[in-house]
Amino acid sequence: MAVEQPVRTPVAPSGDQTRIHNIGYRTYDGPRLGRTYATRSLYSQSLRGAYGLGRSVKSKVLPMLLFVVMCVPAAIMVAVAVATKAKDLPVDYTRYAILMQAVISLYVASQAPQSVSRDLRFKTVPLYFSRPIETADYVRAKYAALASALFVLTAAPLLVLYIGALLAKLDFADQTKGFAQGLVSVTLLSLLFAGIGLVIASVTPRRGFGIAAVIAVMTISYGAVSTLQAIAEAQNSTGAIPWIGLFSPVTLIDGVQSAFLGATSAFPGAVGPTNGEGVVYVLVVLGLIAASYGLLLRRYRKVGL
Amino acid sequence: MYDPTVARLTYRALLGRRRALILGALPLLLIAISVVVRGLAGADDQTASDLLGGLALATMVPIIGVIAGTGAIGPEIDDGSVVYLLAKPVKRPTIIFTKLIVAIAVTMVFSALPTLIAGFILNGNGQQIAVAYTVAALVASIAYAAMFLLLGTVSRHAVVFGLVYALVWEALFGSLVSGARTLSVQQWSLAVAHKVAGGDLVTSDVGLPTATVLLVVVTVLATWYAGQKLRTLTLAGEE
Repeated sequence: MAVEQPVRTPVAPSGDQTRIHNIGYRTYDGPRLGRTYATRSLYSQSLRGAYGLGRSVKSKVLPMLLFVVMCVPAAIMVAVAVATKAKDLPVDYTRYAILMQAVISLYVASQAPQSVSRDLRFKTVPLYFSRPIETADYVRAKYAALASALFVLTAAPLLVLYIGALLAKLDFADQTKGFAQGLVSVTLLSLLFAGIGLVIASVTPRRGFGIAAVIAVMTISYGAVSTLQAIAEAQNSTGAIPWIGLFSPVTLIDGVQSAFLGATSAFPGAVGPTNGEGVVYVLVVLGLIAASYGLLLRRYRKVGL
Repeated sequence: MYDPTVARLTYRALLGRRRALILGALPLLLIAISVVVRGLAGADDQTASDLLGGLALATMVPIIGVIAGTGAIGPEIDDGSVVYLLAKPVKRPTIIFTKLIVAIAVTMVFSALPTLIAGFILNGNGQQIAVAYTVAALVASIAYAAMFLLLGTVSRHAVVFGLVYALVWEALFGSLVSGARTLSVQQWSLAVAHKVAGGDLVTSDVGLPTATVLLVVVTVLATWYAGQKLRTLTLAGEE
């Protein structure tokens, strides 16, 4: 490939001395892996980063700790179910994520800013866009990575429960149905939480502030909604309870799964939404997911350029 | 012990640009909810107590405390600009003390004041509930600000650890293991509130003497240790 440089014979200095030297730079003519490959790399790096893989030991501590905290109660429940030869698991598959929502919120709050805020703060976003990837690819890769990380976090304990249930010789068809319903519900939950977390985190380049903002949105909205629901129940206006539940991410997922996925609602008095109201829940969840994707696209259209 | 310039810079770091708006959103939400609840349920002492205890004291005060406490020093250490501050002939305990005062003030303004307003909206300070929870929020502000300021000097992940303490330890473990409640700022401040309200609406698992001693000890120790920590601060590179 190397092109032989014509050896210049030293000629007598005559006339113009300036010349452009060919110092042998070569253009790249190997295979170009292209946009899809770059997007996929960004996805896998972000997904690994969400669990601290490929990063310092210190940044592995928190995600791994939260992952363990998510799985340990499931393991304990399984152990209890096996030991006592129970007829059923102590907790429904669909209920598990609702019980552990504080842990899930903390995970989103700590990893969403980690995923996007630092790119903004160190102004690496323009560097990404100097590669063949487009704005939409960046957003898709980051969104998919965080949603997958959340899915791993929320589905792993369900898997523990399922395997445990099979080991305890519980009814196979029953358990498989419950497990599948749980998986659908945590998929929705992962998409919703990842979207909300990323939208908030992508606004601030400060990691600390992003964490606090995400957790504030998650917990304060849940606190406010459940307080209002408790008051509505005390006032005997049970018709209002499902409508109040539309205003916080956790209660949204709860509503969807109690309307369509056979879960018992965690709302006060177990007043889940009816099928009609459930449709509204599903629409709001899908709308929120689409809206956060749209907002992220809008945010990254201008950022850093 | 108090340096006005450091205070001014810290105020600007905490409230500058749009941050004051974001911090202000939480109290506004609390007040909006109180208005809605008052409209729905009318003035009811139990409801007011539930709302102020569950939403204001259990979630809002710690979250604002985390934002103000760690935000007073964390970002500066994070981006390394704290060296310009440390290079000035100001004693490091003075820097910590000043930042603590600012963090306490911000937490109080954004959490205790709305609690008072919400209390008055909810039941017009019936049975001293609004005042009791405001006192609790004031007391808790001091302890939270000191604790989270210390966390900000100790760890780069101060916000997360602060939130883990506030949400997982106080809320989750506190409701499961009663022993965890003895070691919770929320319960200590409720003990003070119990003394103010006098009735049975505001209760705490900790006695007033224990609570007061623990509050003072935690605040003083955290501030002192944060000062020590700042004296031997090493700046690490970005992970």
